[in-house]
Amino acid sequence: MPHDFYISTTDWLFGMLALLAILFYGVAVFHSNRQSRLRKWPRRRIVLWVAGVLASASAVVGPLAELSHDFFTWHMAGHLLLGMHGPLLLALAAPMTLLLRTLPVRQARKVSHLLKSPLAGFYTHPITASILNIGGLWLLYTTGLFAAMHHHLWLHVLIHMHVFVAGYLFTISLLYIDPVSRRYSYRFRTVVFIAALAGHGILSKFLYAYPPAGVPIEQARAGAMLMYYGGDAVDLVLIILLFRNWYHSAKRQQTHIPSTTDGYVYSNETTQNAPAG
Amino acid sequence: MAVLQGKNWTNRKSYQKRNLWAGILFGLGFVAFLDETLFHQLLHWHKFYDKSTVAIGLVSDGLFHAFSWFATVGGLYLVADLRRRNALWHKMFWGGKLLGGGAFQLYDGTIQHKVMRIHQIRYHVDIVPYDVVWNGSAIVMIVAGLLLIKSARQNARSAEKLVLHAT
Repeated sequence: MPHDFYISTTDWLFGMLALLAILFYGVAVFHSNRQSRLRKWPRRRIVLWVAGVLASASAVVGPLAELSHDFFTWHMAGHLLLGMHGPLLLALAAPMTLLLRTLPVRQARKVSHLLKSPLAGFYTHPITASILNIGGLWLLYTTGLFAAMHHHLWLHVLIHMHVFVAGYLFTISLLYIDPVSRRYSYRFRTVVFIAALAGHGILSKFLYAYPPAGVPIEQARAGAMLMYYGGDAVDLVLIILLFRNWYHSAKRQQTHIPSTTDGYVYSNETTQNAPAG
Repeated sequence: MAVLQGKNWTNRKSYQKRNLWAGILFGLGFVAFLDETLFHQLLHWHKFYDKSTVAIGLVSDGLFHAFSWFATVGGLYLVADLRRRNALWHKMFWGGKLLGGGAFQLYDGTIQHKVMRIHQIRYHVDIVPYDVVWNGSAIVMIVAGLLLIKSARQNARSAEKLVLHAT
């Protein structure tokens, strides 16, 4: 039974990865909390990490993975969990910050160098990450790739890894929770994010009209609508978090630099004290 | 000086543009949100996809749909920001809201519905009265918004004059 072999192999592979992810994070938290000079690692982040791993893994392990092999609508539900919902939860758990404070100084420095390297800068650039994420989806659903994925195990594994990694890169290129090589302005990230979200929405409607080869029209329609509205729901959370950070950073700028830093007048001192006539 | 500080006209005037933009963004986002919940989800009048949609219609719809989320959330954060600076100017904000909401509705009702044919307001009915009400209400909103903005500017000017007389 090649189908069963297929499922059990991916179950085993992705299941092990998920278990290891939780295990490593747990060990790191334990290690970090033993160091008295450091603040205790927030429990909220542990919950976020476990939830993120479970959300992502639920798409590629167990019943949902099996259903999504045969039904496009379930495939799309899995895609939302693996590529959007899971990565967001994982990014909020700040794994890189945890790694840097758990490693000995020398290794931590090496990791930090790696994060600052041009290559890391390239992959975490908002535009690169958006193209990898949304462009990858266009490629998957508008070419023969989607059909081929169901016949080649290696392609199946590669595509699911790509969806997950691209989703994670996309999230961390927009929300700076962990240290990043270069911080882009809120305005720039917002513009890129709008374009990416539009690309996602356009693809959803395109799939509604032109289903991938081999997908029945009813499944394609339900899947496309799930992609459209499910994407909206996760993106709304991302937008709120992005703008919340923007709002707080404007406050900080106001208190520290009471001048016109980016064209906005942050202080009314001059206008208020000017002679009124 | 009391009038000036009581209504914080100085703050309002320095953030006049931000008050207007907060309104325009939130108005646009809110109308897009109403369109989605009321006409797509609750009434099921609008179709998710209409076969006669031209290619550029999908792009326009995608961009506006994406932008409307940002506009709603961003507009509300701008309101929070204005409050924090004691510069929220309700009349200007409402003027912007009506202008932004009306402008989006007019664009949706003319370019998106008619030119790009992304979908009609309702199917299997005589569409003309629906189009008239839709675009008519959009124009009413735009005009009301512009009048409010004009009136807000006048208020600011007369408050300034009052201060000049007082000092």
